Amino acid sequence: MTKSKEWPLWEVFIRGQHGMSHRHVGSLHAVDAEHAIKNARDVYTRRNEGVSIWVVEAENISASSPSDKGPLYEPARDKVYRHPTFYDLPEEAGNM
Amino acid sequence: MSEQTNHLFEFLLRQGDNALVLGHRTSQWCGVGPALEEDIALANTALDLIGQTQLWLGYAAEVEGNNRSANDLAFLRDAYDFRNILMMEVPNEDFGRTLMRQFMFDTYQVPWLTELQNSSNERVAAIAAKSVKEARYHLERSRETVIALGDGTEESNSRMQNALDYLWPYCGEIFGADEVDHAMSEQGVAPVPSTLKGTWRACVERALSEAFLVIPNSEFAHSGGRTGFRHTEHLGHMLATMQTLQRSYPGAEW
Amino acid sequence: MYAQMVKSTGKGVQALEDMSPQDRAFQERIDRGEKIEPKDWMPDAYRKNLIRQIGQHAHSEIVGQLPEGNWITRAPTLERKANLLAKVQDEAGHGLYLYCAAETLGVSRDELFEMLHCGKMKYSSIFNYPTLTWADMGAVGWLVDGAAIMNQVPLQRTSYGPYARAMVRICKEESFHQRQGYHIMIKMAKEGTADQKRMAQDAFNRFWYPALMMFGPSDKDSVHSAQSMAWKIKMNTNDELRQKFVDETVPQAKFLSLTVPDERLMFNEETGHYDYSEPDWNEFMDVISGNGPCNTDRLEARKKAWREGSWVREGMMAHADKKAQCKIAAE
Repeated sequence: MTKSKEWPLWEVFIRGQHGMSHRHVGSLHAVDAEHAIKNARDVYTRRNEGVSIWVVEAENISASSPSDKGPLYEPARDKVYRHPTFYDLPEEAGNM
Repeated sequence: MSEQTNHLFEFLLRQGDNALVLGHRTSQWCGVGPALEEDIALANTALDLIGQTQLWLGYAAEVEGNNRSANDLAFLRDAYDFRNILMMEVPNEDFGRTLMRQFMFDTYQVPWLTELQNSSNERVAAIAAKSVKEARYHLERSRETVIALGDGTEESNSRMQNALDYLWPYCGEIFGADEVDHAMSEQGVAPVPSTLKGTWRACVERALSEAFLVIPNSEFAHSGGRTGFRHTEHLGHMLATMQTLQRSYPGAEW
Repeated sequence: MYAQMVKSTGKGVQALEDMSPQDRAFQERIDRGEKIEPKDWMPDAYRKNLIRQIGQHAHSEIVGQLPEGNWITRAPTLERKANLLAKVQDEAGHGLYLYCAAETLGVSRDELFEMLHCGKMKYSSIFNYPTLTWADMGAVGWLVDGAAIMNQVPLQRTSYGPYARAMVRICKEESFHQRQGYHIMIKMAKEGTADQKRMAQDAFNRFWYPALMMFGPSDKDSVHSAQSMAWKIKMNTNDELRQKFVDETVPQAKFLSLTVPDERLMFNEETGHYDYSEPDWNEFMDVISGNGPCNTDRLEARKKAWREGSWVREGMMAHADKKAQCKIAAE
């Protein structure tokens, strides 16, 4: 039997009810973007999970490589002043 | 039952039985679809149709006033009491015929249910309002699939053409205009189905030409399903399977 | 479990100090509870084991659609039909999530299907048993899904990120499956007619030992199992999970007034657990090696669906390719 071409893989992102950003929920196979959106609706929103769907073909995603983990993320680690808990405020100042 | 209630009851059975029988046929795909994604999508369609069945037959049972439930109507009537169009009951055969049938039906259901939302009967309007959203999505999906497979490969085109040739003579039955239809129209419950034929035909032609499929040159239409006068042989087998538990163990609850 | 009898390719667990620096760093990441992600370096054996395990798990989901799918057209009420259909549909979804997780390891879904079809990859033994009455829908949901959940809940913490995330989604969705089955059993075994009670006991008799087999043979001495546990792709021993299953299921059976088909079954005050009879491991080996009651039919059904679906997959792909060509031409 000749091997037929496999449907490409798509990554699916869904924005839920509560105004959060689109979140990666999983992948699926589809012949094109339209088909991928329909499949995503059928596969990933069976329980009312989403109000907006993004799909992107997996091979079009550019990803940072794991060996860059150090240079990419560590510089942020010591910038504790970006986090609210860095600033000790007296209780009298109230909730801030 | 007064004549007026009887007409409404018949009308509701037609809606409910179409959903029941097509839902049953569609559910037969679960686990054996051509791809996991399609398997899941077909199950969603079947689930929508089962849900619609519960609403239509539930209301039909109330109208009948005979202490029967939606389940009694689904599982304890024999073939001659079913009011679905014949197209719903013919076997799935292959994915092509299943989707072609779905497309033919959806193309009708969308304008039909859209109209029913304005029904003078509030219950009918409410059921239609819920169902039309589902039908719109079914149509999007079945239409795209019919076009894709008609265009796709030589084999997929010829399978879709076969499906169309087989189903075409069953399409005409959708557009009835009998006593029940006229009664519903006079009461403002629903339009006469035959008035939607033009809209339906135009949508079908547009999609099928995109799909490189040729509509058979025949206006012949089988009938007998929506009146219950003469179903196909297939319905009896379907019901034998579907009703087996209710028939074998009368009165048992599940 | 759904990945019973996954043979590890490792040669037992090496001590950290005997490992190469790369292997050691990898093991230390796992020991710290870090997740391994697709592009991270990983030992070949880890990758291979995971492909087998996730693949087998995925195959079990889609072959597992068949025994329950057998009753969708005969469900006794519209509600039951919808519940069962939704459940079997979920199994297709779970298969899909798992195939996608396996794909991140460099194997395609089609390749995995081929390995299933030619018998190179297995699926859980449980799905080679027939579903003969409606009570089997109860027994399968209650016992088979119950056993599966026991294995899947801890797997949410497995070391491989995509696998763990698939398991999180699966566990969330599965929560209704076991209840759905038990609900059927309540209706039949507790509230039902004499016929229904008989069907319920019969289904329980037929599924009890096959359910115990789902956890796989005792793994006390298995080096494979030890390696998988070190890699955190297996979280508990087979015996631990089986015991937990027995302890939870026996009281549920009592509530249903069903008799566990095991004369030796007894609560052991000392251990605080039930003592029970081992399933017939010869039967298990038969089922695993292809001689279960339904092996041939199940595999044939999968192959038929795949074969008969090929024109659809090809047709849709061809259409999308043509559309893309037109778009390029138009630009």
